[in-house]
Amino acid sequence: MIRWLAGLIGLGLAATSALAAEPASIGVGYLGIAGTRSTLSLVEQPAENDGIAGARLAIEDNNTTGKFLGQRFVLEERRIREGEDVVQAATALAEKNGFIIADLPADALLKVSDALRDRGTLLFNAGAIDERLREADCRANVIHTAPTRAMLADALGQYLVWKKWSRWLLVVGSHDEDKLFADALRRTATRFGAKIVQERTFEDKGGARRTDSGVTLIQRQMPVFTQQAPAYDVLVAADESEVFGAYLPYRTWDPRPVVGSAGLVPRSWDPAQDQWGAIQMQNRFMKLNSRRMSALDMQAWTAARMIGEATSRTNSGDVKNVTDFIKGPDFSVAAFKGTRLTLRDWNLQLRQPILLVDGRMVVSVSPQEGFLHQVSELDTLGYDRPESKCKLK
Amino acid sequence: MQAEVRTQMSRMWRVALLSGLALAAAPAHAFIAYVSNEKSNTVTVIDTDSWTVTKTIKVGQRPRGIDFTRDGKFVMVAVGDDDTIQMIDAKTQTVVDSLPSGPDPELFAQDAAGKILYVANENDNTVTVIDLEKRSRLGDIQVGVEPEGMTISPDGKTLINTSETTNMAHFIDTSSRQIVANVLVDARPRFAEFKHDASELWVSSEIGGTVSVIDPKKHEIIGKVTFEIPGLRKEAIQPVGIGMTKDDKTAFVALGPANRIAVVDVASRKVTKYLLVGQRVWHMAFTPDEKYLLTTNGVSNDVSVIDVAAQKVIKTIQVGELPWGIAIAP
Repeated sequence: MIRWLAGLIGLGLAATSALAAEPASIGVGYLGIAGTRSTLSLVEQPAENDGIAGARLAIEDNNTTGKFLGQRFVLEERRIREGEDVVQAATALAEKNGFIIADLPADALLKVSDALRDRGTLLFNAGAIDERLREADCRANVIHTAPTRAMLADALGQYLVWKKWSRWLLVVGSHDEDKLFADALRRTATRFGAKIVQERTFEDKGGARRTDSGVTLIQRQMPVFTQQAPAYDVLVAADESEVFGAYLPYRTWDPRPVVGSAGLVPRSWDPAQDQWGAIQMQNRFMKLNSRRMSALDMQAWTAARMIGEATSRTNSGDVKNVTDFIKGPDFSVAAFKGTRLTLRDWNLQLRQPILLVDGRMVVSVSPQEGFLHQVSELDTLGYDRPESKCKLK
Repeated sequence: MQAEVRTQMSRMWRVALLSGLALAAAPAHAFIAYVSNEKSNTVTVIDTDSWTVTKTIKVGQRPRGIDFTRDGKFVMVAVGDDDTIQMIDAKTQTVVDSLPSGPDPELFAQDAAGKILYVANENDNTVTVIDLEKRSRLGDIQVGVEPEGMTISPDGKTLINTSETTNMAHFIDTSSRQIVANVLVDARPRFAEFKHDASELWVSSEIGGTVSVIDPKKHEIIGKVTFEIPGLRKEAIQPVGIGMTKDDKTAFVALGPANRIAVVDVASRKVTKYLLVGQRVWHMAFTPDEKYLLTTNGVSNDVSVIDVAAQKVIKTIQVGELPWGIAIAP
């Protein structure tokens, strides 16, 4: 475990010559889709390098540690364009990289995980929040650093219940992922004793997100859309597709807060998170990437750090050793969230606190005080072991 | 840095004895404690006779690490967001100067003579070396990601730095200023403390939830202190500050959000007692006579006073917001 170190810089004396041995090279691939999605808020428009930027920082962090242990991490990026075969790209990436961090839709991720199963490549799902990837469609070679919809919904729901805002007006978008988020929110309401007083659907009839004079129109539409609702405490918006959610705050017929996909939003990370030493990482990230760190960046950072953590603990870059260690009972990773993060061994989901953010501040962090669990309070977020349908294979 | 304060005290004490200047055994006179309040941007001054706050000193932004110069004339406080270390004149209790630390200084340690200061700069993976007399920067030592804990071996030959994301204790030769060994410990090492006889180095891991006991000659972990508190989840037990009595028999470990100080039998490395203090307890300092141990409780904004012999909390003193570090004057 202890390596004598030659070749450190001491007081400006660069001694690069005498590293004991050629460092072991550990390849990490990053597989994503080219292009970015469009958001209602210009401020929230993801960067071209959303995700990979976090992985890059973690690779730097790993290499700082690696130079003491004779390990060098190399990141290789691959972006799929429309019409390209994801399995082919993943297979090519797996040639040189025993670990792949993926930001892919659920179906593509499943194809890749099945194609790479016999090869022994370890995949990290940094992007997809779909429940089914951890439930019926779980895979033994996929570790999830992205939280699930149920974890996000539960994190929000715990806070609303703690705040005694227990009457919810649920507004759901017309796309599939909006409906999945609504499913998660309904489950949360049932679990924590909130009441959905009414549900409304906001149909996506198409239209541009960037328009001149847009505000005038939206200001007329949103009050009308939210009028005549039964008495409610909080409007819960399920709009992952970015069609209407961000239009709701300050425009509801009744003066009520908006949460869910706009207003108070549950996320794994936020540029405003500065607790538990996070300010240091936010600064490092800004220095490296000249922008602030998103949730996807954090999920990719965590994946790459898990690889780094396991390689330093096992003093090995061997994929099988590292995989066994990550899946084993002694694994945990520190990720600036005030507590160690561990894996749910039944479905390989990373347990993690969820931040509730309003775009400027971290308003709260769930699990909330008083939500108890016999194993880990973090397991009050999302599907717990007894409910799980996952059979790892 | 409490460790350094104590090491300094005992060293001064020894020097005093040797040079025939020894005073009669310490009477129960008052000491003065300085507490850095991370959020208030102040340092609270506490009189340990009356256990009252006698002054609140305005300092720079985000004061954390705090310690006396070896001559006892100045209190140094790292004000991270101002990228400097401020010097408080202990007589006038006002800020009189600042030191050229690197960016975001957090904790620091000084050599035996009080001439050289080593500062952990969280933001750029370096330890900055400062000449305390000239108050100038001598250079930097590259360490792991997010350097934090700092201490110097009793013989002054080895500087220890812990890096929070690299998860290592770096052993640095103070004469060559080169890293000579790295010991991997559990996640997020925050604080390092030598036994006074130099036979062991204790390193707390906040996220790992343990204290690693390291053989400083062989650079190997030879044991671990673990903690278990009925009714508390493992995640809530986050060891940070460590204080060891001069006879090396008893160690006190601050357990952060577990709101407790663990009393550890150093020989067996077993916890004998947990003392309930304020919320999110991080750092601590003994009074020079070792009768009392003062702890900083961040979330409850107070300092707990522990009667060391009785192993009991006897007092709570309200200070500024998010109290972080503490140093006690001779």
